[in-house]
Amino acid sequence: MKGTNLGEFQELVLLTIGSLHPEAYGVAIKEEIYAHTNRKVTLSTVHAALNRLEKKGLVKSDLGEATNIRGGKRKRNFTITAFGIKMLSEAKRQRESLWDSIPDIVFQVNLG
Amino acid sequence: MKSNKTHTPPKWAERLLEWYCRANVLEDLQGDLHEFFDRNLEEKGPFRARLNFVLDVFKFMRPYTIKKLEIFNNITPFIMFKNYFKTSVRSIARNKLFSAINVIGLAISMSVCLLMISFLSELFSYDKFHPNADRMYRLMTTNQFLERDPSEFASTSILAGKRLQEEVPGIEASVIMNNGFGGDAKIGDKTIPIGGLWATQDFFGVFPAFQLLQGNPETALAEPYSVVLTEEAATKLYGDDEAMGQTIKLGKEDIYTVTGIIKKPPHNSHFTFESLGSMITYENERKETPDDTYWIGWNNIWSNYVYVLLNENTSIAQVSASMDKIVAEENAKDDRVKNYISFQPLLSIMPGKDLSNNIGKGMDTRILWLLSGLTFIVMLSAGFNYTNLSIARSLRRAKEVGVRKVVGARRKQIFSQFMTEAILISLISLIFAVFLFYVIKPEFLNLDGEIQSAARLLTTPSLFAYFIIFTVLIGSMAGFFPAIFLSKLQAVKVLKDAGSTRLFKKVNMRKVLIVVQFTLSLAFIISATIAFRQYKYSLAFDLGFKTENILNVRLQGNDVNTVASAFEKIPEIAEISRSMMIPSVGSTYGNTIKYEDPLDSATMYYNTIDENYIPLLKHELIAGSNFESRPEQEKEEFIIVNEQLLKRFDIGTPEEAIGKKIQINRNGDKVSIRGVVRDFYYSTVDREIKSFGFRYRPGQYQYLNLKVSTTDVIGTMSKLESAWTEVDDVHEFNAMFYDERIEQAYSEFSVMFTIIGFLAFITISIAALGLLGMAVYTAETRLKEISIRKVLGATEGSLIKLLTRGFMWLLIISSLIAVPATYFLFDSVVLAESVNRISIGIVELSSGVIVIFAIGFLMIGSQTWKAAKSNPAETLRSE
Repeated sequence: MKGTNLGEFQELVLLTIGSLHPEAYGVAIKEEIYAHTNRKVTLSTVHAALNRLEKKGLVKSDLGEATNIRGGKRKRNFTITAFGIKMLSEAKRQRESLWDSIPDIVFQVNLG
Repeated sequence: MKSNKTHTPPKWAERLLEWYCRANVLEDLQGDLHEFFDRNLEEKGPFRARLNFVLDVFKFMRPYTIKKLEIFNNITPFIMFKNYFKTSVRSIARNKLFSAINVIGLAISMSVCLLMISFLSELFSYDKFHPNADRMYRLMTTNQFLERDPSEFASTSILAGKRLQEEVPGIEASVIMNNGFGGDAKIGDKTIPIGGLWATQDFFGVFPAFQLLQGNPETALAEPYSVVLTEEAATKLYGDDEAMGQTIKLGKEDIYTVTGIIKKPPHNSHFTFESLGSMITYENERKETPDDTYWIGWNNIWSNYVYVLLNENTSIAQVSASMDKIVAEENAKDDRVKNYISFQPLLSIMPGKDLSNNIGKGMDTRILWLLSGLTFIVMLSAGFNYTNLSIARSLRRAKEVGVRKVVGARRKQIFSQFMTEAILISLISLIFAVFLFYVIKPEFLNLDGEIQSAARLLTTPSLFAYFIIFTVLIGSMAGFFPAIFLSKLQAVKVLKDAGSTRLFKKVNMRKVLIVVQFTLSLAFIISATIAFRQYKYSLAFDLGFKTENILNVRLQGNDVNTVASAFEKIPEIAEISRSMMIPSVGSTYGNTIKYEDPLDSATMYYNTIDENYIPLLKHELIAGSNFESRPEQEKEEFIIVNEQLLKRFDIGTPEEAIGKKIQINRNGDKVSIRGVVRDFYYSTVDREIKSFGFRYRPGQYQYLNLKVSTTDVIGTMSKLESAWTEVDDVHEFNAMFYDERIEQAYSEFSVMFTIIGFLAFITISIAALGLLGMAVYTAETRLKEISIRKVLGATEGSLIKLLTRGFMWLLIISSLIAVPATYFLFDSVVLAESVNRISIGIVELSSGVIVIFAIGFLMIGSQTWKAAKSNPAETLRSE
């Protein structure tokens, strides 16, 4: 497995999947990312990331019900796996510990 | 979402996606793209939406989306095949009636096709055994007398062959042959008839495939009085003794030496022989009478054959260009007869053009086309049955298709499933067809002598390979439309409106196929009727003389008087007459004659007879008198002519004609008319009567005509035979009644009638089976409707009318097409050139229509009657 660390975009997608639960699928994720971060990503980028995440075992997917809106095609809904949650919280912990280790002087200097 | 109904993503981009994308991600991608497209449509308009869609499709081309070269995908059909096979077998077993109709129809028509395949494959194997067949040609002559229609001959003149050998470059080997070799071979005190060809030295250079077992191919035919025998002929003549170097006495006490033993020519050689005599012998004999140079003349094209083998780098165009110069030179010498020479490739001799004076076997390509065409029609009819019934039945299979599609079958898979079923049916039919093939094979071979000599129809492994390929082909063609139709069904529709017949409303093809089928059947019946009537008509036709109880005996070279006196002793023989030939059975002999005007000549057909002939055959003398018995070898003095000859030369009334002189042949003697007979048909009755004359030339007789009065034909025949054997113990007694000979002369009609009649029977049976199937289907599917109608008060009669009407319309349309078409075909094409022909009337035309309607009504009526009789309570209870 290619490292246990999450890439920045992958983390973003993973978080979005969590926030959209249980209706996290390609287009919705793309829109949600735009809404939260104002980043315009293409569908294919999202899909590629989802594919990678699924391969790493961080998310799993199920085919939903067919609707007429999508030309009769079913949605693939993504949910975070336990391993995904673990990875996410690990990333969060790493960041927080780093945040915590920044001396206060840094903030003061830059703000000043 | 106001406009997204009219705007859809570009089709081609979607196809592209479907093509490259893996199945497991495809659906999701497609869905997302569609949803995104719809959003874009609202926000940015159709153009941007479409552009984005296309761009996204390309952007999605990533390693994880693109299909691998998946072998597993291609294996699926093979895995599924087991399932297709199983469902096919079950469906065949469940629908016994439909399967039986299909299998019977296909088996019958396929057996005819198998016959045709083996016939064609045998014919097209002719002469392929020659290693250089593509460089071998035969000289073919087109003979034209003045402005008359030219006629084509397989033979040519010896002169053409000789000049070709001497003057035309680019020829590796050539051979001149003549078919007059052979006769009664005498070895010690045995006499054995033997047939053969004269051939020049280079025979084996042209035909190396005729293998010499003993002897030197270069010198075997070089010396005069050399003969090469086939193995069989050698055994016939010498038994187990060594034949090489032995001598044979042939012809006028000539002694021939056996210089070679050759393998028997294979059956698929267009000419065969028992022996080959060295051509130099033939030439030397002719040279003994130097005044008579006709044998080497440009116009003696009747019985010589020239074959050439070209050099490898010579084209036939070069050779025929040099030959054309020779032809022009020779034709310039004669202002009346022209002989044009062309080169016929060896491989298109058999089957090939219909030529006169064939050296051996001949089979007209047109006849092959005709037979293949008729066979094709029969096959078509059976194929239509399958297509029709399968589409009709598809109502029942629609749900199966729906379920398969829901489970994930693709269109291609459904298609191959139904193709499998069709091919399976046709393979089952093949088994029956092969049995039938063996049944009809001997019948076909016995139909006609020409067929029998050309084909043996041996079954070889390669033939069976053809059969199987053919069967698969037939299965695929018959199953194609039903498979397309069924695989097109949409799962949602089929399962939602289960059982609705609406799906099939539009299928008019079924009706078209039924009309075509019955049109062909009708055409066949009418043709068979006309051919049969014409045959009977020709046989019963009044020829102008009597043929009852007349036995024609071939003299086969024996002295006419010796044979006649041997027969005279038999009490059942009332009268005997002698003649050169037997008229009215097809062949004719002709001479050029002139009356007073030296420039006006005409062909007179003739027979040489004795004084007993005219009374024996009861020809009616309308003026003058019969020949008188005269001693032999006297100059020809008198002739008895027919009425047409008088008309042709304007000689006046029969009485006036007596004593007038006609000249036979250009330099011939003048003979005076002694009598005039009433016109009679000396050729076949479909040809016009022209000038005819009876000549009196003792010494020209080939036949004895015996008037037999007996009740015990077999006993008389054996008496005649023993009398014959006393005179000639070499040749077999060859006699046949005149009426039988005439029947044989019209065998063309009887063969035509038999073939067409047989095919008509087959097509009708198949069409009737198809109709039965359709009727059963209609009655079954409309059973509830019928029951409800009945409950509401419909009578059985009105129900039958309701159900029958549709089919009867189809039959009426078929008759409207078939009757005029067949009438036209026979009236202006087939019988157009016949003189004495039946007039095609109401009887001939309507008989077929009546038969078809009767069969149609029987098939449909029986089923609808059954349906109409059924108890509505029974059928409606289960609802």
